[in-house]
Amino acid sequence: MAGITSFGAYIPWHRINRELFSGAWGGFNAPGERSVAYYDEDSLTMAVEAAIDCLGDEDAGKLDGLFFASTTSPYREKQCSPIMAMALDMRRDIRTADFNTSLRSGSIAMAQAVDTVKAGSAGRVMVAMADMRMGGLSGFNEQLIGDGGAAFIIGNDNVIAEIEEIYSISDELTGTWRSQNDVYVCSWEDRMIQDEGYTPVLTEAISGILKKTGLEAKDITKAVVDNPGDPRGHSKLLADLGFTPEQIQEPITMFMNVGFCGCAHAPMMLVSCLETAKPGDKILFAGSGAGADVMIMQVTDNIEKLPKKRGMSQHLAVKQPLERYNAILQWRDLVQIEAARRPEKQHNKISAIWRERKSILSLYGKKCNKCGCIQYDNGANSTGPIRICAECQSLDDFEDYRFADKQGEVFSFTNDQLAPTIDPPSSVVLIDFKEGGRAFFDLTDRVAEDVKIGMGVEMTFRKIHFDRGYVNYFWKARPVRFDN
Amino acid sequence: MPGSIKDRVAIVGMGCTQFGTHWDKGPGDLIVEAVQEAYEDAGINEERIGACYVGTLFSMGGRAVSEPLRMQYKPVTRLENACASGHEALRAGAYAIAAGIYDVVLCVGFEKLKDEGMSGLPGMENRTCTHYQSTMPGVFAMMANKYFDRYGIKPEEGKEMLAKISVKSHANGFLNPKSHLKRKLTIEQVMNAPIIAQPLGLFDCCGVSDGAAAAILCSPDIAKEFRPDPVYIKALQICAGPSTGRMLKNYDYTHVEESVRAAKAAYEEAGVKNPREEISMAEVHDCFSITEAVTMEDLGFSERGKVKDDIDAGTFHLDGKLPVQPDGGLKCFGHPIGASGIRMVYELYLQLQGRADKRQLKDPTLGLAHNMGGEPYMPLTSVVIVGN
Repeated sequence: MAGITSFGAYIPWHRINRELFSGAWGGFNAPGERSVAYYDEDSLTMAVEAAIDCLGDEDAGKLDGLFFASTTSPYREKQCSPIMAMALDMRRDIRTADFNTSLRSGSIAMAQAVDTVKAGSAGRVMVAMADMRMGGLSGFNEQLIGDGGAAFIIGNDNVIAEIEEIYSISDELTGTWRSQNDVYVCSWEDRMIQDEGYTPVLTEAISGILKKTGLEAKDITKAVVDNPGDPRGHSKLLADLGFTPEQIQEPITMFMNVGFCGCAHAPMMLVSCLETAKPGDKILFAGSGAGADVMIMQVTDNIEKLPKKRGMSQHLAVKQPLERYNAILQWRDLVQIEAARRPEKQHNKISAIWRERKSILSLYGKKCNKCGCIQYDNGANSTGPIRICAECQSLDDFEDYRFADKQGEVFSFTNDQLAPTIDPPSSVVLIDFKEGGRAFFDLTDRVAEDVKIGMGVEMTFRKIHFDRGYVNYFWKARPVRFDN
Repeated sequence: MPGSIKDRVAIVGMGCTQFGTHWDKGPGDLIVEAVQEAYEDAGINEERIGACYVGTLFSMGGRAVSEPLRMQYKPVTRLENACASGHEALRAGAYAIAAGIYDVVLCVGFEKLKDEGMSGLPGMENRTCTHYQSTMPGVFAMMANKYFDRYGIKPEEGKEMLAKISVKSHANGFLNPKSHLKRKLTIEQVMNAPIIAQPLGLFDCCGVSDGAAAAILCSPDIAKEFRPDPVYIKALQICAGPSTGRMLKNYDYTHVEESVRAAKAAYEEAGVKNPREEISMAEVHDCFSITEAVTMEDLGFSERGKVKDDIDAGTFHLDGKLPVQPDGGLKCFGHPIGASGIRMVYELYLQLQGRADKRQLKDPTLGLAHNMGGEPYMPLTSVVIVGN
């Protein structure tokens, strides 16, 4: 039976204590902290991170599809999943799709992936979702919304959680929205959304799937249901449906540490649930927004064989608190910062970036067939191409070599106060990859004072340049964040 | 090497503007001033010039010079080779003389940098917009961090070692009427200056200046028609490498291979066996203090990893065994890119003729000028040796 074969998650390293919001704007603050994507992150890069966690040591070349879900796609016109497929090093003969605009885009994409696999159109499909919505400045949504992502592989073999049933409700209520021109989330009164949207729709959807499957609330090990609003309303809804507190995937950890992550929120809760799930567990999973998708999942013995993921637990644990609120204003380009007295950045040359896309998006270098030299050329003139071996000068005699999944060590570094960057100083490292190769990269997610020669680094997919609506994605180094 | 330039070309006239932030002067002003001084020095005018070679980084074509000088339909060629553009112009002119095509040529180097509204150089991003966000101070700072790490020098000691280099250059620049920065500094002032790129501070970085310099070259057989004390070119070497220091783990980031190779070739061309003993003085590319330190080793003036001993001993002071940057160097004389190579030779020329005033060294016979354009792992270098 089709189901989930692997899962992964991503929470940005940076968090902001909600006291900084009331400190900046006055008024009161909710307890806890929320995650904040760095200036070089967006929903696409966070989804790639979650997908990398989900893949682990699996070969992305064996996946047959990639679905990306987000209400904060970096593009209004331009499909993002092909960019992600390059970053993840997937094949070209795959099914790609972006699911946007709905707060349940995550569960919609998962349901579509299940149907695609069941129909035999694809063997295994990666579904990756991420969001980084913005509440109006100084408002409560600014405190409640967080940034993050999750990812699942849907397939038929080695399934860890069979998806036994999917039940969907379509419901029209314009509770929260963003028009073509809105930057910040707009919403109607939360009480009406709760009373006429969230509560009745999820009640109808959950009751519906239980009826359809002949199950009762007591048969469910864990109900994983998102809470777009007050977490207390969430508990009441599920209690009224007959679920005991032990059966409910608690929403407080997300609220206190991450915030509400849009269409990735329910999937991130599902990752938390799967991290501790046991064979035989029955999971009810729901994503909501303009209706709901509910799924019944049966956890199998395979879950015990799944390699450990960074998942939610490790991402929650490794973090960096922001020292000042206005970092958010800088990182999201919400205020006009005085331009550095440095040369203005040039416009992106899309043709030049396109022809080196395998070097840039997939981080491929070369391995020389003659001398074995592993090399990457992030050069002064251009990133790539490599035509002549840096070591033995052989011409065009290479195999492609991917650096994205390799770790390295800092050979030398600087913290450059002069280079224009959104979060100075600009930390730059020359890294020696453990398995061969050396190259310069920007260092992200770092404490500048802690950068040292010999420090371990890994690669992370980031935005490197934004210009005239075009995002230039590339890889940066970051200090190794996790043990696995 | 099948041929050598040694003693086949003479320098009989030179000029150099005041270097600095010339808000009231355009490139044309600077070019006219430098060339006029060179003409007067050689006792000639434009009619005597057979060809002109121009070194500059940011202007287009030979007309950048022919236009302000109103040159009367001469072959004028612009050359660009990063920070070695000035030396490249000299090289082209010298080769034209040695080939016997012309008997007198004019070489000009200039740069007008202070119209950008910022310090530093105009942007040089890579084509794919994927270059790491580091400035030139940043990539040389990485060299300093690596040098300290490799030789077990504590960060404070390293900062002090570098500070001594800047203090020396400031002392020399103070004595020079044409230098950009005329201010004596203490080691403490250098060490406590604001950080530009860790560990380099403000006074570890050279000036960003406007300026122009010019040279009149001729064949040796007619040299004394112009001046009784011509200076002769002994070596002219350029070196560009494969830019693989950032790709291959065998690069140590504590030396510049292109400098080593250019120096080796220049010593061979000039017949220098022991540079520390035979070279009387040097003007090297001290874009940053660490660059001068490493260059002392690359040129064979100091033993590998031991430049600190020479810095501490004052070897490179005006009264030391091997004075370096007698005119203040890029650090204090300033660094208008295309002008720098010819400016360096201007100082060596004055010293060899005994015209260096308060900076005058005792009986120099052989001077070396070194330029380096680009990052330590992929620069373009030049070494020029002149003597009497």
